[in-house]
Amino acid sequence: MGSVMRGRAHVYSRAHINTDEIIPARYLNTHDHAELAKHAMEDIDPEFVSRVQPGDFVVAGEDFGCGSSREHAVWALRSAGIQCVIAANYARIFFRNSLNNGFLAVECPGIVDKITSGDEIEVDLEKGTIRNVTRGTEEAFLPLTPFVKEMLAAGGLLPYIARRHGLEYTPAPPVPRLDVKLSQLMPAGR
Amino acid sequence: MARSMTITEKILAAHCGRDSVQPGEIVNVKLDLIVCHEVTTPPAIKMMAQIGVSKVFDPTKIVVTPDHFVPNKDIQTAELTKELHRWVKEQGIERYHQLGDHGICHALVPEQGYILPGMTAVCGDSHTTTLGAFGAFASGIGSTDLAAALATGELWFRVPETLRFNVKGKLPHGVYAKDLILYIISKTGVDGARYCTMEYHGSAITAMSMESRLTICNMAVEAGGKSGIMEADKVTAKYLKKRTTQPYTVFQSDAGAHYKDVYEIDASVLEPMVALPSLPSNGRFIGEVTKIAIDQAYIGSCTNARIEDLREAARIMKNRHVAPGVKAIVVPATSGVWRQALREGLFDIFADAGCVISTATCGACLGGHMGVLGKGEVCISTTNRNFVGRMGHPEAQVYLASPATVAASAIAGRIADPRDYMEKPLPRRGEKEVLVGVAEGDRRPQEDYLWGV
Repeated sequence: MGSVMRGRAHVYSRAHINTDEIIPARYLNTHDHAELAKHAMEDIDPEFVSRVQPGDFVVAGEDFGCGSSREHAVWALRSAGIQCVIAANYARIFFRNSLNNGFLAVECPGIVDKITSGDEIEVDLEKGTIRNVTRGTEEAFLPLTPFVKEMLAAGGLLPYIARRHGLEYTPAPPVPRLDVKLSQLMPAGR
Repeated sequence: MARSMTITEKILAAHCGRDSVQPGEIVNVKLDLIVCHEVTTPPAIKMMAQIGVSKVFDPTKIVVTPDHFVPNKDIQTAELTKELHRWVKEQGIERYHQLGDHGICHALVPEQGYILPGMTAVCGDSHTTTLGAFGAFASGIGSTDLAAALATGELWFRVPETLRFNVKGKLPHGVYAKDLILYIISKTGVDGARYCTMEYHGSAITAMSMESRLTICNMAVEAGGKSGIMEADKVTAKYLKKRTTQPYTVFQSDAGAHYKDVYEIDASVLEPMVALPSLPSNGRFIGEVTKIAIDQAYIGSCTNARIEDLREAARIMKNRHVAPGVKAIVVPATSGVWRQALREGLFDIFADAGCVISTATCGACLGGHMGVLGKGEVCISTTNRNFVGRMGHPEAQVYLASPATVAASAIAGRIADPRDYMEKPLPRRGEKEVLVGVAEGDRRPQEDYLWGV
């Protein structure tokens, strides 16, 4: 995660977008991130997965991610290509799951009025700002607490714990991108 | 002298080696109980391997049961349960409840006497808040948290602010714990308790059985809460006495404890509640609800499928029949509840009324199996969430209510007031009480059974 992130916004201005909308329970029979990514936001925006590009942002209203504790919601969004969620505020388990995964979720009250879907957004972690490049406006997000910064810097809860307990952390194998076909991963000639 | 604290602050302080803690602080908390099921545990097992830990910190502090998709609903869920089973054997976890002895974890754990006052408990499931009814700190977590908890026996928490709910008076005839919590959530909204603990006091709470208290704490997360909590009292002690011999510590909130907000509620003016689609906070008194026709009535989930719930539903369904065209589904919360309902003849009542009866599972509550809804279908349900898509198709509609209201609606074929199906106030005191979930060989003669003992 660099200190400046840039991408396009997908705005869901409603409050209380819940984990059943982010990843419906009918897909909880797997925890394969790439598989989950195919169904991200399916029940609120069936076109989301066909529009989303690597590095995009989800922008939402209050209480984003309420409902179940399924971490699958974070995995689905991240694996679909989302690099950061910006919401007015979050339900606690979603927020916790995001940080634990080293996945940035920043809080910015009123943000849904400042960004339209398709706008280009730049989030500067050091300055604590969200710039709407398309509109030329800038907002400040709520500062991250020292603990959150430390965990994000470590890359999430597991590497953070590994450091505290003197363990070695092995990252999970990278999640294949949605649009990468198996054939493209095969060396030529096979 | 330590500052005045709430129960939750005291429990957290005691579990991080401090005299006191205050809201907003991040503390590393030692865990007494970790509950595992087949959906969120398999990813956590993989994650433990990522930090090179192959053994759980203490197998005696872990309870495992499959619950979401049991019996396996498809190949993928079979693989999840298989992995859970393999891991339990590998780790030497003894408190493992396999199919036939299984149950929805939040109902099974109390029934087996695993949760005690003063404990800290986590589970990779949002309804872990249920266990707070015993005066314990219990909160839902994700899979990464679960991996960390299983590996290290501790977890980070932000000490929550506490909201206090003083519930005075007595719940009227036909009005239950479910109606009370739906009423409370209609006042707080689905995020009114975000990051907070919901602490309950008052005569309406102390008069409740443990089962009803579990229903109240179960839905704390539906108000955005981190946990729900009640002071352990005589009812708690009686319930635990026959289920465990383990010692425990009872914490009480200090008189000078700080509350973020205090709600005063008079239980005696409440009526049956129905939460309209698609938020649990859309609760209305039944008199204000349009009595629309239903396609399905679902009695199940960690919220409302314990024996008392099934008894209330059966009282209404006795000698009646489900309305033509309505699918009525009864899903006891645990195998123990299932066996008890069978013994008490409740299944005869449900079957004669035209219901189907399932094994214990989370099932259709989360749109898993055993009653998933199709497009446009209307369901009244004893479950906890009525979000878009929760029980199936995004265009299905879910109404939340008590077991009595759901049973009455199944009979009427439309949303109905349970009081119209009750001739007189039901006997509450002195009725025969039964101990659920204890092995047959351990049972005493029927007369000695005491509910909630």
